[in-house]
Amino acid sequence: MTDDGTSPERESAGGFEGVAPDDVEAGARRVREGRADAPADWPEQAVAAGFADDEADYYATLREATLRAAREDASERERADDQQLVHAVRAMDDVTAQANELAERVAEWAGSRYPDAGTGVEYARELAEREGEASEESDDSHVSPTDERLVSLARRVANFADEADRLRAFIERETPEVAPNLAAMAGPVLAARLVSLAGGLESLAKKPAGTVQVLGAEDSLFAHLRGRAPSPKHGVIFTHEYVRGTRPEKRGSAARAFAGKLAIAARVDYYSGDRKPELDEELRERIEQIRGEGGDGGGGDGSGDGTGAEGGDDE
Amino acid sequence: MTEPLPSGVERREFDGRDRLATQGTPVYGEPTDGDWRLWDAGRSKLAAMLESGMDVGLEGEEAVLYLGAASGTTVSHVADFAGPTYAVEFAPRPVRDLVGVAEDRENLFPLLKDARKPDTYAHLVESNVDAIVQDVATRGQARVAAENAQFLADDGRLLAALKARSEDVTRDPDEVFERALDDLRESYEVLETARLEPYHDDHLGVVARPL
Repeated sequence: MTDDGTSPERESAGGFEGVAPDDVEAGARRVREGRADAPADWPEQAVAAGFADDEADYYATLREATLRAAREDASERERADDQQLVHAVRAMDDVTAQANELAERVAEWAGSRYPDAGTGVEYARELAEREGEASEESDDSHVSPTDERLVSLARRVANFADEADRLRAFIERETPEVAPNLAAMAGPVLAARLVSLAGGLESLAKKPAGTVQVLGAEDSLFAHLRGRAPSPKHGVIFTHEYVRGTRPEKRGSAARAFAGKLAIAARVDYYSGDRKPELDEELRERIEQIRGEGGDGGGGDGSGDGTGAEGGDDE
Repeated sequence: MTEPLPSGVERREFDGRDRLATQGTPVYGEPTDGDWRLWDAGRSKLAAMLESGMDVGLEGEEAVLYLGAASGTTVSHVADFAGPTYAVEFAPRPVRDLVGVAEDRENLFPLLKDARKPDTYAHLVESNVDAIVQDVATRGQARVAAENAQFLADDGRLLAALKARSEDVTRDPDEVFERALDDLRESYEVLETARLEPYHDDHLGVVARPL
């Protein structure tokens, strides 16, 4: 077949060297994991090596292998992406909680030493920067070992807070890739939270709207089911302006309408992946309608009621 | 005035206008005329390049490497008139649709690979392809073309649609194109360029051959 001088032992079935022609599974693995520094005339080599009867035969085998590899690869990578989002959201919450807790410690400690001590993560940042500069400028000014420790702790807080910001930026960038409709409707961070609470995009897509409505309000929900409390009207979706910005007596309706559309968005994202902007528009109209019913516009005060949802996310 | 179309691509009348069409299984609900299906220049940059009268140097039955196949809209038409067609796309979601397109076409090979890393598909894509069609929406489009030049035959053609917004949304598209073409000239001789308006805003069609 070939008379270009390649010795028999260097002849190969091209990219499929060592793979049996009828082993589609091994072929697909080669498609996914193989490497080469440069292309070659693979069809001709495959025929020369007896891997394929002719070029048409080679192309048929290649097609089977690439189809199977693309199917497997695509579904694996999609599964992986929503799980990465789940980890990122949980990490962001952990890091934020750590920053807040340590910032309290810094504030308490600093209050015992400086009359102008403030509180919170912002003060810890301030302390970390201010003291950092002072010690660099004048190396003769002796920093007390106590201040050294306090400032070092403040720097940890600033680092945690920075990491939380970077995780949030990551989530804002990644969520629209994984769940474009959900991200557009709820905002990327709330969308990622819903995916995280459900345990993944697939299980979120399979949940009824009523469950989506109270995701994140499990404590209140179980209190209700034990007969000790009213049913929760909303879970983590309370953090969205559509719910929080609606006046309290209409919030249940707003939450139900919002959750209904979110459930649809999650299904579109999981099963098709196409962007459907009309969903956002339908929801916007519905919320306006709810807010307009029997009264003058919405006027939420931002206080939670009977939710058990984690607060602090002002999406 | 216009260059000859590749064999397998014809102008047929749709809605009272002569428009491009290829023969194959419909894939995205496009209008059909018998077994001919409309190849809409508004949806496909390669079709826009043909409509603009650029000489893409395709005759039909060529081996093609398609970079940035997305869900397979354009590559389905390419596979209708070309020979073996290797379709590279990195985003998993559109690849699901691309697989559907490939299932109806014997000569289309979907590859879920990063066009910036040709060593991950050099073991599959044959050497000396006749054309590289490039439609990637990432920064460094010229670099992608350069790194994939190794697949192209000496007299092969690069048919690229450069997207200004992918390089820099803040700068003037003309400036962006000039810089991208300068980069491209390190590994290609640029034969022809044309803006793809009115079909695609801020896109430049480029026909080039390897140096």
